Amino acid sequence: MFKLYLTALKGLSVKETNRYLRIWVQTLVPPVITTTLYFIIFGNLIGKRIGEMDGFSYMEFIVPGLIMMSVITSSYSNVSSSFFSQKFQKNIEELLVAPVPTHIIIWGFVIGGIGRSILVGILVTIISLFFVPLQVHSWSIVILTFLMTAILFSLAGLLNGIFAKSFDDVSIVPTFILQPLTYLGGVFFAISMLPPFWQVISHFNPIVYMISGFRFGILGVIDVPILFSILISITFIVVLYVINWYLIEKGRGLRS
Amino acid sequence: MTYALEIKDLKKVYAGGVEALRGIDLKVEEGDFYALLGPNGAGKSTTIGIVTSLVNKTSGKVNVFGYDMDTQLMQAKLQIGLVPQEFNFSPFETVQQIVVNQAGYYGVSRKEALKRSEKYLKQSDLWEKRNVQAQMLSGGMKRRLMISRALMHEPRLLILDEPTAGVDIELRREMWMFLKELNANGTTIILTTHYLEEAEMLCRNIGIIQKGQLIEDTSMKSLLAKLQYETIILDIESSGRVPVIKGYTSELMDDGSLSVEVARDQGINEVFNQLTEQGIKVLSMRNKSNRLEELFLKLTEETA
Repeated sequence: MFKLYLTALKGLSVKETNRYLRIWVQTLVPPVITTTLYFIIFGNLIGKRIGEMDGFSYMEFIVPGLIMMSVITSSYSNVSSSFFSQKFQKNIEELLVAPVPTHIIIWGFVIGGIGRSILVGILVTIISLFFVPLQVHSWSIVILTFLMTAILFSLAGLLNGIFAKSFDDVSIVPTFILQPLTYLGGVFFAISMLPPFWQVISHFNPIVYMISGFRFGILGVIDVPILFSILISITFIVVLYVINWYLIEKGRGLRS
Repeated sequence: MTYALEIKDLKKVYAGGVEALRGIDLKVEEGDFYALLGPNGAGKSTTIGIVTSLVNKTSGKVNVFGYDMDTQLMQAKLQIGLVPQEFNFSPFETVQQIVVNQAGYYGVSRKEALKRSEKYLKQSDLWEKRNVQAQMLSGGMKRRLMISRALMHEPRLLILDEPTAGVDIELRREMWMFLKELNANGTTIILTTHYLEEAEMLCRNIGIIQKGQLIEDTSMKSLLAKLQYETIILDIESSGRVPVIKGYTSELMDDGSLSVEVARDQGINEVFNQLTEQGIKVLSMRNKSNRLEELFLKLTEETA
């Protein structure tokens, strides 16, 4: 059965990859345009007047945050919209009738989210090279935090897709929860710049840990200890994974 | 004996309290061509939904080729191919992508799946359309695509839920031929249909579900043998007279149509003799309804 499951995982991953590549104008181009505008407006025009942040130019400082922002948005929206579309078009039934265990279903969608995040991350990084040279403090931390963020937000997107009953439900969470948390998670500023009260509140925002960890991997500066960032991410991944597994296994929104 | 499908005391109560299945017991032998009939909302699709893991059961047992769906779900699923009632593929994927992906979910390698896709898409006359997005296909082509998709992992039990709904007569007959051949080659087939002619034509055994209960489970032959009367419509040349046929119940429906109830042991020769004696010319003759349809209505009315 292991070989069968592996083939199924490969099949589902290929299907998910084909999906976002087929609609590349919707999935790959927008984050490139958005981040280019951020680089020009915040990094180049406004950033020149801001001066240094933690010993780096403002442009250098926001590069990791903008890459993370693209990863978070891409992984989340890829999985939430793909899963919900499959529910809506009923072709999720192709998976439900087949001998595909819930773990494979989860990982198939997550691999799709990771793949799109990697592509978008690479594109945004290439854009950043037009503004600042790339420097990496620790490749292993960069890869680890990148992958964990992509997995975490793919799982969060999956949860959204499971509960969603309409296309509105798929866009409400990113607009009203994910986007504010991302902007307040330290993309454009260091958490240490906030007043003490808001610094404490920020620590309840999981995105702070992702951006902080990734920025450490790139620049070597950090808002929260890296080990703590990694532990928080792992905790969120495990909790989201278990919830998703339970809901799919029980057929929440999938089986009557 | 191992059955292709064995259902024991299957019950389903939907959220909201609707009791869709009230304890179904059903056995389908390996190699059978079985028809599951019933009026809308009787529980056919719920039964098939549970067997194919699309509906959660409330209680009861389902075994597929001896595999218990509670404890050997994956092995049981491997045996089944499903052709659902509604189109449930991605409209944006190509025909070949749809069938190859589905095979992958059953552990068929991509190389093998591509090979099989040629076989099954050619069989269903879709090979030329393999690179076309599914949304561009006609209704009949979409139905054939779903059959090809269900066959890609070469299941031992094929379940078709209203496979010929909305399909034109020519294509329906082609599909019947195809299913007959598939069954002759050893695939067990379970079919739900509204076209009773389809069930009579194809199936050896039949189950009738009414209000969540199996009210009939027998061979097509013995079910049809239960039919005591057949109603025949005779188109007669208008003569202005009301024909009288002694020994038969008859009714003049309009000036040119005579309905005659014929018992199984009566035969119809006597009807013609009497009409000839009365100088009434019979232009044509037909059954009032399909034989199975008549019986079906009788059985479902009795239990209503």
